[in-house]
Amino acid sequence: MKNKVRELRKHKGLTQEQLAEVIGVSRQTINAIEKEKFDPSLPTAFKMSKLFDLPIEDFFHFEESHSM
Amino acid sequence: MIKERKKHLKNLGLWTWSWVGTLAIATFGPKFIWDDHTTLTTFAIITNLANGVLMILANRKLFNHYDELERKIHLESLALTLGLTVIVGLTYSLLDQTNLIPFDAEIGIIIGFVGLTYMITLLINRKRYL
Repeated sequence: MKNKVRELRKHKGLTQEQLAEVIGVSRQTINAIEKEKFDPSLPTAFKMSKLFDLPIEDFFHFEESHSM
Repeated sequence: MIKERKKHLKNLGLWTWSWVGTLAIATFGPKFIWDDHTTLTTFAIITNLANGVLMILANRKLFNHYDELERKIHLESLALTLGLTVIVGLTYSLLDQTNLIPFDAEIGIIIGFVGLTYMITLLINRKRYL
């Protein structure tokens, strides 16, 4: 799944470590999400949505061919 | 989060070493320390079993502290380890039953295989996701 997490995190002036702390995951998990190696769970996506003040679909883009 | 992780890791390390220690006592004690005294041997085995249960509980606490990606990595590694152990374990047993190997199948070999497989699959999965 494509995402804009890195872009939004930098826009907020947060480091991976700080974002991880706020969301309640490890820094490595944030890195894996930003590198699009791992798709986060719905609760994590909602926490990010709340933090970035954006709907989930604005920064996670579902690609059918990739996930099916 | 890091502080709590360290606490869980320390706890698991403590129970693991305690389990290893009681296992060594239960294994070598009857022969080298208390000269096959049945009550002492039973006590040593029960102590080792109780330590094993506490080690598992400490591991469970650590596992529950992992975040979603860490759990995914560990679960995939555990699934692969379980599958490989069943297949390789049964093949190993068959080799013994059919006398294709010149020695008896030992449980220690399987335990070693489980540990090694888990470590290798964990390394592969960590490289894949992190």
